[in-house]
Amino acid sequence: MSIFHAKRAIERSFSTLCRRNPLRVCVVGSGPAGFYTAERMLKAHDRAEVDMIERLPTPFGLVRYGVAPDHPETKIVINQFSRVALNERCSFFGNVNLGSSVSLSELREIYHVVVLAYGAESDRTLGVLGEVCSGIHSAREFVWWYNGHPDCSNMSPDLKSTDTAIVLGQGNVALDVARILLRPTTELATTDIAEHALISLQNSSIRKVCLVGRRGPVQAACTAKELREILGLSTIFIIQEEIKNSRIQRRVYELLCKAATSRPPQPLSGQRELHFIFFRRPDCFLASDCGGKVKGVRLEKTYLKARSSHLTNWLYLCRLVLKSIGYRSVPVEGLPFDDSRGVVPNINGRVLSDKQHNIIENGLYVTGWLKRGPTGIIATNLYDAEETVASISEDLEGVLADDSNSPRPGRDGLLQLLDSRSVQYVPFKGWEEIDLKEKSIGAIKNKPREKITSWEELLRAANT
Amino acid sequence: MFISKLARAGAQLLIKESNIGRYLISRTRLLQGSSRRPFQPGTHFFSTSDDKVHEEGIDQKDKISVTFVDKDGEEKHIKVPIGMSMLEAAHENDIELEGACEGSLACSTCHVIVMDMEHYNKLEDPTDEENDMLDLAFGLTETSRLGCQVIAKPELDGLRLALPVATRNFAVDGFVPKPH
Repeated sequence: MSIFHAKRAIERSFSTLCRRNPLRVCVVGSGPAGFYTAERMLKAHDRAEVDMIERLPTPFGLVRYGVAPDHPETKIVINQFSRVALNERCSFFGNVNLGSSVSLSELREIYHVVVLAYGAESDRTLGVLGEVCSGIHSAREFVWWYNGHPDCSNMSPDLKSTDTAIVLGQGNVALDVARILLRPTTELATTDIAEHALISLQNSSIRKVCLVGRRGPVQAACTAKELREILGLSTIFIIQEEIKNSRIQRRVYELLCKAATSRPPQPLSGQRELHFIFFRRPDCFLASDCGGKVKGVRLEKTYLKARSSHLTNWLYLCRLVLKSIGYRSVPVEGLPFDDSRGVVPNINGRVLSDKQHNIIENGLYVTGWLKRGPTGIIATNLYDAEETVASISEDLEGVLADDSNSPRPGRDGLLQLLDSRSVQYVPFKGWEEIDLKEKSIGAIKNKPREKITSWEELLRAANT
Repeated sequence: MFISKLARAGAQLLIKESNIGRYLISRTRLLQGSSRRPFQPGTHFFSTSDDKVHEEGIDQKDKISVTFVDKDGEEKHIKVPIGMSMLEAAHENDIELEGACEGSLACSTCHVIVMDMEHYNKLEDPTDEENDMLDLAFGLTETSRLGCQVIAKPELDGLRLALPVATRNFAVDGFVPKPH
């Protein structure tokens, strides 16, 4: 018993010692990349105090606003992330925007280590004629809309004036948006889909979704799970070409072939249709005469190998186009950025100020989509975070060794800054209030939660 | 002090009761051939304090020996009750195996590598759903499985599982960004 007490006492004094000179760490962004980084930092460094800042009032990034509402199992990881946020050495600051609430150079002053994990909040563009027509949206906006993101709750895509939607791209996001457009709304009604999206989908006249890919089924960027799921829903017409090589591609290809051969040649009446269109790329968008609204897409044939034959064009009529061709990160002031790749230049997560000469920005790190581009699954961020945290640990023994022993203001400094700028931050407790409210409204409607979709209401619910 | 001890003993008794019930359910499911069993976080088939009771009360044969080999090659030998998944067993024994979706077959974070063919062949074939997730696992091998889908059974006694090595160059391991 006395040994136990002594051990406790030693542990306590050790932890106070640690706390007297904590390692101040700031993680920008609270999606999977941010949370896995925070978790790994807390685990690797007893004296680390991690503050997470987040632009939105709510944590979890794309787990909340990217994962489709009919994939609740994928969101279970929120439990693990919440345990991280509740760690006594971790604090969450929602509604704090890097750039306007606090600048990168300020964060680097206040903290020993700054890890940028704010992902990709913009989109790649096609650069073809007519891309600005109304009725053309990025898949990201559409996903944010049906997931109740406060920045896209007013998007209101027109699902009523057309029976055809064209989705450009064949990755998992493309399959997600196609599935949401085609899935019976009775099945969506019991998910955490945003109310405005559910109503709009219930009144939707879209019966046919075309997924357009530049290359063949073998090159399709989607994975078998998402494909299997959507093939379980609808009638499908496909063109098959090419042979299979890698494991993922072989299994995706086999699924497509099976679906194409095992179904009746004609769709049953009233059945919705999913068309896979391979080896086509958008050539231009056509606008209708009135109001610049899109009325069709012209597609051009592509080949896996360069050919000199002349091109054939196909015109597909539609009033809704969703571009699912990739997300893109946005730089902030004072951050080196590779414009062509849309990522922050880095070596194993260490930000490079000069790529050619490998000059490292001390104490500044990057992880997640901002580091490697917008691909992969939630778990990819786990390995990514491990790599970045390994770099940080190495530097704490090396270039940061002296600096990390001199105290930095950390949390107190951040709070002072936020206070001086009258930024009302949302603590994790505030998110728990939002969470509670959403769940209780959802319970009435037999939904896991009813998401609050406006900034004002979110902040009100958080009680700030 | 005394009261709290008494309360703890009572609570343990309750836990034991419910554990046995759950254990029986899981065995029945196993017999029905279902390998998809959700992992319940925070619930334990056997808590460590129960181990002694079971070792005395129930035949030792109801547990199998499993060895986990971690990223650094270090081995950890554990006893796993029949019917328990390797994900649960790992968590009960503080083995660092991720379980982001808590065993609902929606992620690949509990990826383990069965270290010998003989044991691998004794497992039921992975379902399509498990294969879909394995597609996305890092460092996939021919004998890779998801820890949540490997359920302890007597034939698996002596099973050796390796945790995949998170290599620094994971980005080239099946996750080359696709050109757009």
